[in-house]
Amino acid sequence: MQATNILILILGLGLFAFYLGRGRSLALAKPLGGIRHIHSLPSYYGAHVALWCALPSLLLLGLWMIFDGPLINSIVLKSLAAGGMVVESSGESLLMNKITNLAQGVLPRKSADPELVAAADLMLRLEVISRWSLTALMMTLSLIGFGWSWSRISSSFRARPRVEKVMEKLLLACACVAIFTTLGIVLSVLFESIQFFRSVPIDDFVFGLDWSPQTAIREDQVGSSGSFGAVPLFVGTLLISAVAMCIAVPVGLMSAIYLAEYASQSVRGFAKPALEVLAGIPTVVYGFFAALTVAPFLRDLGASFGLSVSSESALAAGGVMGVMIIPFISSLADDVITAVPQSMRDGSLAMGATKSETVRNVIIPAALPGIVGGIMLAVSRAIGETMIVVMAAGMAAKLTANPLDSVTTVTVQIVTLLTGDQEFDSPKTLAAFALGLMLFVVTLMLNIFALQIVKKYREQYE
Amino acid sequence: MNKPVNTPVNNLEKIRKSLSRRNRSERLFRWYGRLAIFIGLAAVTVLFTDIVSKGHGAFRIAYLQLEVGYDQDLIGVDNLTDPEQLILGNWQAVPKQALRQQFPDVAGRSDKRKLYGLVSNGSGFDLKDRLLANPLLLGTRETVWVLADDDIDTYYKSWLDGEPYAARLSDKQVKWIGELHDQGKIRLQFNSNLFTRGDSREPEQAGIRGAVMGSLFTLLLTLMLSFPVGVAAAIYLEEFAPKNGWTDFIEVNINNLAAVPSIIFGLLGLAIFINFFHVPRSVPIVGGLVLTLMTLPTIIITSRAAIKSVPPSIREAALGMGASKYQMVMHHVLPLALPGMLTGAIIGMAQALGESAPLLMIGMVAFIVDIPAGFNDPATVLPVQIFLWADSPERAFIEKTSAAIMVLLSFLIVMNTSAVWVRKRLERRW
Repeated sequence: MQATNILILILGLGLFAFYLGRGRSLALAKPLGGIRHIHSLPSYYGAHVALWCALPSLLLLGLWMIFDGPLINSIVLKSLAAGGMVVESSGESLLMNKITNLAQGVLPRKSADPELVAAADLMLRLEVISRWSLTALMMTLSLIGFGWSWSRISSSFRARPRVEKVMEKLLLACACVAIFTTLGIVLSVLFESIQFFRSVPIDDFVFGLDWSPQTAIREDQVGSSGSFGAVPLFVGTLLISAVAMCIAVPVGLMSAIYLAEYASQSVRGFAKPALEVLAGIPTVVYGFFAALTVAPFLRDLGASFGLSVSSESALAAGGVMGVMIIPFISSLADDVITAVPQSMRDGSLAMGATKSETVRNVIIPAALPGIVGGIMLAVSRAIGETMIVVMAAGMAAKLTANPLDSVTTVTVQIVTLLTGDQEFDSPKTLAAFALGLMLFVVTLMLNIFALQIVKKYREQYE
Repeated sequence: MNKPVNTPVNNLEKIRKSLSRRNRSERLFRWYGRLAIFIGLAAVTVLFTDIVSKGHGAFRIAYLQLEVGYDQDLIGVDNLTDPEQLILGNWQAVPKQALRQQFPDVAGRSDKRKLYGLVSNGSGFDLKDRLLANPLLLGTRETVWVLADDDIDTYYKSWLDGEPYAARLSDKQVKWIGELHDQGKIRLQFNSNLFTRGDSREPEQAGIRGAVMGSLFTLLLTLMLSFPVGVAAAIYLEEFAPKNGWTDFIEVNINNLAAVPSIIFGLLGLAIFINFFHVPRSVPIVGGLVLTLMTLPTIIITSRAAIKSVPPSIREAALGMGASKYQMVMHHVLPLALPGMLTGAIIGMAQALGESAPLLMIGMVAFIVDIPAGFNDPATVLPVQIFLWADSPERAFIEKTSAAIMVLLSFLIVMNTSAVWVRKRLERRW
């Protein structure tokens, strides 16, 4: 890869510049009687030169890598249009893919359209030009930066504050990555969702009762329109999450209470990490367990009672998901229960209440906001959980509240719509982003609300 | 008005009466707690026993002993240095001929096909590799152990365990295996293919090497990006950030990102990295980028906790000696907080190693036979390989999947124990 080579080159130049700058400051200090007589330590002079040498060209590299691809593509497309070829905006990405493949030699040139071959040649030429001009520009920038900062080295030059200011800005930039990630998530799902809602009205999506995203290839196919009513998915997601919560909340809460209030130090020391093991197991393992062990077991069990349990029942997926969430709830609940001040326990016990009465009537009410917050975080996690449901829940969207039946969820549909090769602009793939938007908004609201509650609760007892 | 007076004696009576009920409910409550712990621990035990009991068989695999002849005319190769001949050579004919000689009385088309079904479809290529490693063998005969077909392997193992599963075999094949077993010509041996090969459609040929390498490259990139960036962000937020709206906004963002479903990061990767920046699909680069964004909040949060635990006296001493704020952080706070940060990084990496949902979105689910050799080769990762195998219909893949899970879990156990070790040994308590 050319970009990595350039990157290594620039970093090497920066290192070189560091030693040169340091050396010069040392040379400067010598006749004055040691480095005490220059403003900063020699390494700061070196770092100053190195930063000026490397940073501007690295910035340029970043910008160039963002913009050169689209620029080259648009030039190539223009050249095609100038050659008299009609390019529709819908077929653009397909055409560009073809040209790129031609240029990289993935597609054979012999059988291809000569116009496309010409375009591929143009693309290759432009890429070479882009690469060399980038290298030249970066070298010039580095040299200019080096020369300028080199010339500024003097005994009174304040290198340290300058370097520290730049470093602080770099740290700030790193902290802002989180913001850019959120922004990226919002923009990506929002942008594609808006495109989706242009072809499917938003109320059909949110309130529609029928989900069958197959869009037809031919016009006359049966059911060609594809219907995107997401209610069955929401219901399925809620059903599985409800099953999961029915297992995770009582078990998680009770084990947290037992570990915090009753268990001896040795039991706690063993049981707590053992429960935490459940949190460390990858979800794909749970999915495998649900699909190959729990689901057949439940099916056979149901059959022996004369019940028909689907082999992709919501019960299996939800049950295993509940097991996965147990440690999540128990550790959050453990935190809030141990945060309840000892004086409240002592007061209740001194009044003659038994331990369980203390737990039920004093500790739980006091810890309730924190527990509710924890449960909400767990719900948000259950809604967004993917692998277990992809492997153990069904594909067909069914509107049912029967946990023995097979249902599908939002995340399952996102995965099925987006895996495999598809044209990116079809409503089918865009629907996945609309589902993603729903998922993001719902989990975000749950998270913000829950974090707020937990935070308030913590402040109360701190 | 002769309402009973609430005398102390009366109250005592009431309390005494209710006492046994209250004690009973106390005991019951205690048992609920024990039951909850038991359910949790039982889940761990059942999960692990289930995986191990399903997967332990995959570490051994059936081999057949055959006397093969590397006949030039049979293979159609007389010059082992000619690549074209090597490609066109009929390598599978070698084990087939050996099988015909082993069972000379088998006749008829369908019987012969069943006979050939005893060995793996790829066994001819294994013999080719053997021949290429030792070209003098061409034209000679030798006795070798040849990989058996996956159905044979499944049957032979289940037969050894005493409950034969012969659903996919014909009666004749069962009889042949019995004969081979009596002659000592079929045996189980360590399944090295599992660790040295990439994915394959044939269960007996499939291995996890490709997925492990893919995971390695992806995690390496994730670590290289997320650790420095995460630590830098944590340092900024703890030490330099002014208390203002912007800082609060960053904090809220980090906390929320930690709770965003992982699949959303996959959508981000698909829309931004693949469709906007045109990073190629299925490569560790894009996987590493997505996992970086996903683990960053974890690393930032644990790093901040580590920085917070460094006592203020250290900072004051450094500042008092004339260090600048930046020097104070870099020379004193950072080294002291580093073990805590390292623990966080290991935990974050363990999280990333087990993650598969976002990688499904960015095309790391492709069927890839070649073992990736760099960040730019199409690859898959271990959890996704598990997902792919779990979806495969062949029965032998269940065993393989469980074995892959065992490998994945042992990686995770090693990582988490080392995190605990780092915390215990290196972290200082103040």
